[in-house]
Amino acid sequence: MFPILSVMVALPALGAVLLWALPGGARVRVREIALAITGIELVLAVVLFLQFDTGAAGTIQFSEVYSWIPQIGTSWALGVNGIGLLMIVLSALLTPLAILAGWWEDKDPARRTHYLALILLSEAFMIGIFAARDVFLFYVLFEAMLIPLYFLIGSFGGGQRRYAAVKFLLYSLAGGLIMLVGVVALYFQGPGGEQAFLTDNLTHLPMSTTAERLIFLAFFLAFAIKAPMVPVHTWLPTVAETARPGTTALLVAVLDKIGTFGMLTLCVALFPEAAQWAAPVIIVFAVISVIYGALLAIGQKDMLRLVAFTSVSHFGIMVLGIFAFTQTSVEGAAFYMFNHGLSTGALFFVVGFLIHRYGTADVTAYGGLQRIVPVFAGTFLVIGLSALALPGLSPFVSEIMVLIGAFSVAKVAVIVSAVGVVLAALYVLLTYQKVFTGPAPEGRKKVRELTRRERVVLWPLVALMLVLGFLPGIAIDTLREPSADIVATVSTEEAGQ
Amino acid sequence: MSFTTPEIAWAPLAPVIIVLGAAAVAILLESFLRSPETRRKVQLGVSLVALIAAAGTAIAQWAALEGAGTVVLDGMLTVDRQSLAWQVLIAVFGTLGALLFAARTRAGEEAFTPLGSVAPGSTEETLARRKGLQVTEVFPLALFAVGGMMLFTSVTDLIFLFVALEVFSLPLYILVALARRRRFLSHEGALKYFLLGAFSSAILLFGAAFLYGATGSTSYAGIAAGVASVTGVDALVLAGAVMVVVGLLFKIGAVPFHSWTPDAYQGAPTPVTAFMAAATKAAATAALLRVAYEAFHGLEWELSWLFWAVAIASMVLGTVVALVQTELKRMLAYSSVAHAGFILVAFAGFPDGALSALPFYLASYGVATLGAFAVITQVREKAEDGTVLGEATRLGQWAGLGKRSPWLAGAMALFLLSFAGIPLTAGFVGKFVAFAAAISEGGWPLVLIAVIASAAAAFFYVRLIVLMFLTDVPDGQEDAIEIDHSPLARVVVIVAVAAVLLLGIVPGPVLAAFENAGVLLLGAAG
Repeated sequence: MFPILSVMVALPALGAVLLWALPGGARVRVREIALAITGIELVLAVVLFLQFDTGAAGTIQFSEVYSWIPQIGTSWALGVNGIGLLMIVLSALLTPLAILAGWWEDKDPARRTHYLALILLSEAFMIGIFAARDVFLFYVLFEAMLIPLYFLIGSFGGGQRRYAAVKFLLYSLAGGLIMLVGVVALYFQGPGGEQAFLTDNLTHLPMSTTAERLIFLAFFLAFAIKAPMVPVHTWLPTVAETARPGTTALLVAVLDKIGTFGMLTLCVALFPEAAQWAAPVIIVFAVISVIYGALLAIGQKDMLRLVAFTSVSHFGIMVLGIFAFTQTSVEGAAFYMFNHGLSTGALFFVVGFLIHRYGTADVTAYGGLQRIVPVFAGTFLVIGLSALALPGLSPFVSEIMVLIGAFSVAKVAVIVSAVGVVLAALYVLLTYQKVFTGPAPEGRKKVRELTRRERVVLWPLVALMLVLGFLPGIAIDTLREPSADIVATVSTEEAGQ
Repeated sequence: MSFTTPEIAWAPLAPVIIVLGAAAVAILLESFLRSPETRRKVQLGVSLVALIAAAGTAIAQWAALEGAGTVVLDGMLTVDRQSLAWQVLIAVFGTLGALLFAARTRAGEEAFTPLGSVAPGSTEETLARRKGLQVTEVFPLALFAVGGMMLFTSVTDLIFLFVALEVFSLPLYILVALARRRRFLSHEGALKYFLLGAFSSAILLFGAAFLYGATGSTSYAGIAAGVASVTGVDALVLAGAVMVVVGLLFKIGAVPFHSWTPDAYQGAPTPVTAFMAAATKAAATAALLRVAYEAFHGLEWELSWLFWAVAIASMVLGTVVALVQTELKRMLAYSSVAHAGFILVAFAGFPDGALSALPFYLASYGVATLGAFAVITQVREKAEDGTVLGEATRLGQWAGLGKRSPWLAGAMALFLLSFAGIPLTAGFVGKFVAFAAAISEGGWPLVLIAVIASAAAAFFYVRLIVLMFLTDVPDGQEDAIEIDHSPLARVVVIVAVAAVLLLGIVPGPVLAAFENAGVLLLGAAG
């Protein structure tokens, strides 16, 4: 069989090497080359989606297993179920859009090459992580991904970027290294041998309760930092404020999903008993994230920080859905991971376009744009409404699924989280009001309307949210079985006790 | 008392004999070759040939070895796969070190003083420099050191352990003192290294005497048997064992026996630092493994507190003190102290896995260290009139290096990431196997401390990366740094980069080789 997943990991990685190796003269066309590579990647992702057998969405498809380091039991093992599939599609979709969104960012071809190569490298790692079926491979990619991101944040962006990059790196590294202890410990719980780290060989392990709980915590901490959950979220606003909007869009919309993806496919699937043991506490933190993120978002003047805090809030809802362990809530959380990518990706892009025009992210510098650039205002409004989960747009479907699904098991949590949804209306509409209504500030009477390139970036995302808002079945069909499997793992564990 | 000549099986000793023989020949060459230029070329050639031949012979023996291994010199030496693996490693470090020893700047400046015996700053020194004298004795000295280290890895007798220790230590003391620039610093480092080294040798010898008194034997097998059987002299056995271990921990550079490292690392000519950091640690680890597993296995429970305490102290102190260093070589010295702690993490509890994990760990640490110091030799200070001075080792001087010389800075970043243990570098696989060995014997609290130390250590590695890539050259400092292009140093950097990536991405074959080397020693120790 054609090793499509390996190709999808290798293509952007080789593309990055190609960009760096290009001679100076050829660097004029570097953006086109990068866009073409990510375009091919997107086509491959669409092929992957069409070839995927939705009838068997719970089983691992496109599976590839090659021996990598047999001495420590690791394999180059890739494969996707419905959840991984959607995340790969999301990564492949957002990367070319991020390149397009930042088309004019760099004047210097060398810097531009560097930036695009790092973006391609991140894409390779992202897709590798979502496809990894081997815990060691997952971990290696999870940590290695920090290097391109570190340089993306630290080399490109504004003011405090070095501080932000180091903060990001140290947070992630701390989480990652603690996870490493968990990974090593898991090895000794597992069957050993040359394929000791295959995820399939690590499910349903007979572990002592204490060992399972400790290893679970080691994994969970790393994912909570990545997701990011209160109280380990503080790196995100710092990074969002300083990094380029395109970088942040990828970071929040796709990379942070690795946190929730890891919780879903590793934490819960490998340690169901411990997950259940920890669920009440995790749900409390999730609810705190929902409310705290929303409250802080309302208080922000910097639009990038605002979007970052809304994400903290939304990630709280995903975590709530995952750890409520009902079919609907898990399905909703997985679907939300996809929708949040579309919505937040679009939000960062559109804020980036605003900043490109005004040169500041400070919301008070804006005003009255509605009459000057109506199309821009309309697009912004729709994207903003998707963030507050307006019915008709896909985030609504997933958010309501999480809340309804979780209601039966965590009533108070759901009721409190619903307040977060109301707060979302506040921060989205207040921002819209400040930026687009009222009088335009002096000297800002002429602003460019949404350009064709910017429409190409934003409108497909809006269209996709609309389509999935009315026909969510397209995506949910691929999520139903994997979610059912996860719920079943947890409930059999419960029944067994 | 009659003396019977022991039967010596010479063939298994071939790698060591090649190196030590070449060293003896090289000494003779010193007297017969007049021109410093010819001497340098010939000495480099002799060293490279000898070291590569030794590595080749060791590999051939390793491949051809049947059964557990060979006992040589009435049990004084054991040549088995474990010792051969270490010998290959040390010979490789020696080869890379020799290349660095011979590297010269574009202006033809060497790393070593023109004449070691004259006082710094004296007229004689100026004359020697003008005359173009060269201390080419560094090559035979390095060969002696390598030979001693190779012997050190296969020793199974305390007397011989001491002899081998001195064989490789004495040349190192001299080498440390031979820096061309900042000679007082170099002398200071060498003196500290020598005094503390002599002290630790004495402690080791004292411990050996205790053990002989308690068990009546100096051979590892005899001590192991004695430990198991003797009663009533436990205190003597324990004191002896602790003293022998302390003597070796000194060479590894673990806290509290580390105080020579920063001064010796900083003062020594950078090529010597590179060689010493990589090879001494490897040799001492090999010897510690062997003495612990073969002689003191019965004392595991009594000794484990020592290893735990030293490991924790090394990791914490090495990391914390490295955080506040502003001098690059000192920073790497403290980072090496922290790495000594990581080595001991794998070692605590005497897991079988350490026998294959530690050679890999030291291989990954050694290549990254050699590479990092090779990069340091390439970054030079420049005076206002354009003359190139010594190495720029203040951290601030490295600001903006990534823009000036992206490949060199990139290589340095790779070595630092490997030290920090980031995946896809050799350092990560090294840490992984070391931690796995520790956890297999229940050492997970130690591993937890180790990962926290790693996270903190990442901060100062990353700080240098930030300086190189994300900081601009300070105003007015644009011409203060000169990037040298020494082909020999570049070769070392390239080899190290390749090795770090190879060991990080496809470590399988090397891990398999060391695994094969790890099992057999225990068989031999039986």
